[in-house]
Amino acid sequence: MTGNPTNALPRLESAGLDGWMVRLFEAIDEANLPWITALARHCESAFADALVDLVPSYTTLLVVFDPVRMSPTEARQKIAGLLADLKPDEDLGTGQVHELPTFYDPSVGPDLDRVADHTGMTVEQVIDCHSSKTYRVFALGFAPGFAFMGLIDPRLECPRLDTPRKKVPVGSVAIAARQTAAYPTATPGGWNLLGRTSARLFDREREGFSLLRVGDEVRFVSVSREEFERQGGDITPMEAAV
Amino acid sequence: MTAQSKTETAIRVHRAGPLALLQDRGRFGVRHLGVTQGGPADLYSWAWANYLAGTPWGTASLEITFGGLQLIAERDLDIAIAGADLGATLDGQPVPLWQRITWKEGQKLSFASPVSGLRAYLSVRGGFAAEPVLGSVACVSREQLGGFDGWGSKLADGDRLTVYTPDGKPAEGMTEAPDHARKDFREAPVLELLPGAQIGEFTGRSLYDAFNTWWRVDDRADRMGVRLLGPKLQCRIGSLISEGINLGGVQVPPDGQPIALLNDRQTIGGYPRLGALFPLSASRLAQCLPGQEVRLVARGSGPVLRDYRAFLAGFRP
Repeated sequence: MTGNPTNALPRLESAGLDGWMVRLFEAIDEANLPWITALARHCESAFADALVDLVPSYTTLLVVFDPVRMSPTEARQKIAGLLADLKPDEDLGTGQVHELPTFYDPSVGPDLDRVADHTGMTVEQVIDCHSSKTYRVFALGFAPGFAFMGLIDPRLECPRLDTPRKKVPVGSVAIAARQTAAYPTATPGGWNLLGRTSARLFDREREGFSLLRVGDEVRFVSVSREEFERQGGDITPMEAAV
Repeated sequence: MTAQSKTETAIRVHRAGPLALLQDRGRFGVRHLGVTQGGPADLYSWAWANYLAGTPWGTASLEITFGGLQLIAERDLDIAIAGADLGATLDGQPVPLWQRITWKEGQKLSFASPVSGLRAYLSVRGGFAAEPVLGSVACVSREQLGGFDGWGSKLADGDRLTVYTPDGKPAEGMTEAPDHARKDFREAPVLELLPGAQIGEFTGRSLYDAFNTWWRVDDRADRMGVRLLGPKLQCRIGSLISEGINLGGVQVPPDGQPIALLNDRQTIGGYPRLGALFPLSASRLAQCLPGQEVRLVARGSGPVLRDYRAFLAGFRP
């Protein structure tokens, strides 16, 4: 299922007494997603009650099962059987499309100037470059509802901060390497902050809590300070040094 | 708990101590949202506490870390305490662990400090009551999920705890754990690990060191993970593309000091792993105090699976 005949993927790797790591791909690629979501869907029906959790990521799917209902050997055989018949999800394009209203400004995006310096662009070009692309959600992790999205334009590529900030405000829109994300809760974080979204990314009133799911599409839409505030965005400034 | 929907305030927190959290089995089927599992760091002792208190598998109990907690009963309660010996007393008299006892209205239950182990589990017949969040009351403070208030709060001075009213019949089953089941956590544990995919990427010397060293538990140990201090392990891969991490996963960051991941770990991460501790070895590690020494041993899954299934069969319906 991959173009390279020399790599032995997909591969099933032990992940403890009650888990198998299905390694499907070698590198991060948007084209991986329909395979990973298809396998996750098939695992749900094939494992039924014996399924405990599925953790999709960029190139892998971790399958956690109940070792009383199923032995590791049985689970392995089941996954191997699913892989043999695996076809990519065709309806991935119907994954939800989200627009995240984003206020790009040095007051809430304290790394805008540094990213501009690093990339040789103006701040306006950085904002245009980040907001003109549609991103795919590759994985959720780090914190509840934290979506790793990509891939950003290679010209925007920036390393993480040497020292993570102790507290990144809720809604902060950030980039690191070829990825982008928005912080659903205030947490420590080492990504470069470009702005802030008024979207509620993790909301306990919402079914499933997380706005974004693996496979969804996301656009960051640049909005004015007035529009951002009108939508309930928090304009409390953040110092670059914090 | 459906048949026991009636609840009443039953316990007052006189002094909260450093860390006491409500924990049911954990939060499952949500890791694709980035939400961690939570649940009892020592599954073994938690299961025994519930069983001895006469309350079913899965019921929420109180995980008391280190001690320092003082609680006052506002009515008579059947309870059991299992796991660490934290010097528990009832109105100043030592409390027997690993068995059902009656905690009378007005009596003060106090936990002092660790004698053996780090985490004690207090279970109440009927079970602690709280509103589930994403299907569980397991308290994960970092994610602000679960616990008595639903927002991941640890116990605070003056909190009032609610318990489901038991159905009146005395619960069946043994009320005292057999001697062989009671753990003395002072003994240095040998933790069983199932080798994982990246084990071949560690150098030969590092593999020898990993399994022939007394590792020391770092003081940076919590419900997310436990760092082990010892010789620097070297791996030919520095980091991986982030992928799911299972309970007990032993990851080795570039500093060469392994970290065994426990219940509140991040859902995905990218360091190479030696393998994964078996669930009851992860439980055992969670009882280690900073500075305690542990050994790692590589095992196949066969006999360990039989033991683990036997353990679960004794408690799960």
